[in-house]
Amino acid sequence: MFDADKKVWDVIVVGAGPAGLSTAIDLAKGKASVLVLDRKQEIGCPKRCAEGLGNSGFKRLNLKPKKEWAVHEIKGAQLYSPNGKSVKQKGKKVVGYVLERKIFEKDLAIQAVKEGATILLKHQVVLAKRENEKVKLEVEVNDEKKTFEGKIIIACDGIDSLTARMLGLNTKNNLNDTDSGYQYEMTGINGYDEGCLHLYFGTDVAPRGYVWIFPKRKGTANVGIGIGAYEQKTAKYYLDKWIANQPGLRGGSIIEVNAGGIPVGGFLEKMTTDNLLVAGDAGHMVDPIHGGGIAIAFEGGRLAAKHALIALKKNDFSDEQLSNYTKEWYEQRGKELMKRVKGRHLLEQLNDEDFNYLAESLTMEEALKIGNGNLTKTDKILLFTKKLIRRPGLIKIMMKYFSDSGEEKK
Amino acid sequence: MYSIVVNLLVVKNNSNKCLYCGACVGVCPSEALTLKDTRIIVNMEKCISCGACVKICPVGAMSLPEKK
Repeated sequence: MFDADKKVWDVIVVGAGPAGLSTAIDLAKGKASVLVLDRKQEIGCPKRCAEGLGNSGFKRLNLKPKKEWAVHEIKGAQLYSPNGKSVKQKGKKVVGYVLERKIFEKDLAIQAVKEGATILLKHQVVLAKRENEKVKLEVEVNDEKKTFEGKIIIACDGIDSLTARMLGLNTKNNLNDTDSGYQYEMTGINGYDEGCLHLYFGTDVAPRGYVWIFPKRKGTANVGIGIGAYEQKTAKYYLDKWIANQPGLRGGSIIEVNAGGIPVGGFLEKMTTDNLLVAGDAGHMVDPIHGGGIAIAFEGGRLAAKHALIALKKNDFSDEQLSNYTKEWYEQRGKELMKRVKGRHLLEQLNDEDFNYLAESLTMEEALKIGNGNLTKTDKILLFTKKLIRRPGLIKIMMKYFSDSGEEKK
Repeated sequence: MYSIVVNLLVVKNNSNKCLYCGACVGVCPSEALTLKDTRIIVNMEKCISCGACVKICPVGAMSLPEKK
């Protein structure tokens, strides 16, 4: 097609997902020469994702939902406790969308190429090494081996990222901080409000996690599960068992099967080394509570592009220069992340009865405030004196959570 | 002249079950696993039989032989 391998690229992006493509778009806009490599045969497929993206995400990213890929409007959420009781919050306004990711990502790919990036599929990086202050990537393409040279590598190659590891950055996931995810896209199903996201909790339903229904079209939804990796039985086992008990779902047809590991332990502490930045799942950029990662990956990709462009301008690809990326990321996101990590630990300590109790006594607003660590002092006093007073076990867990979460005093 | 050490406890991937999501690769502490397109490649020399991949796999495609 063309001589993609005949030159030294300013930046080679490994992985064409939301992180890799957003970084490629911004790099190309900044006039850097950008090559995107992906090992797969199709962009956006197979997804490892429930495809939900909230308005706050769209806002942060300055992204407008297009009807080609923002296929379903969401107006609220409904949470179910183990005993089947639920709390629902739904308004008239659209609060987010469920996406068709393969179209979303192709749209991003088209944008990246329009801006000047080059994308190559079925290119598997098998070796990465530094040479003369640049990085040489050895890439398997069909039966051939090719070499590409880049000044900077941005690894956006997902949870199975090896590119960063080859260049000496540890992106491994601790088993305790990784959830096991499994999902069906189902059609011909009913029995749930299609304007809401639905989350089901309980140790029998999804130990250390939850089951979700994310409606995608009329009668069609992503039905999935995320559970702690240490469970004896598989995520598939729990999801199949749950679906078999749902009258509105068990007769439906499965039109796609997805799986994936979810890094929920918080962002990677160090996201750069010489000539290298990581973004997206490879940098563990996932929300520790709900496990979502599209918006965060996108944001991470953009910030990585910003710092790669600065490094190119200075012609300095050292870790010292690039590590400003990690610094800025933590300045923007670190504080919120710590709250979310604590929130996750809180959730993990709750037993089924706690969940049942909370579902009965808390409003959705209160639950969200607790999860986000946004309670004022008055909120806390009310919570403890009015709501938790009858469950001493919960008070203990909550006290620990609040004393750990180190929020500002108001 | 040559000594061949075969690790009999090496982890196995069942490609009939595998959805090549790469979760196992992400948690492998010894870089023994690689995801190539739709296949999980096990490096027998690097596998330390820790079972992390078996635990994370959403579909039960990874297994360790039972110790005798």
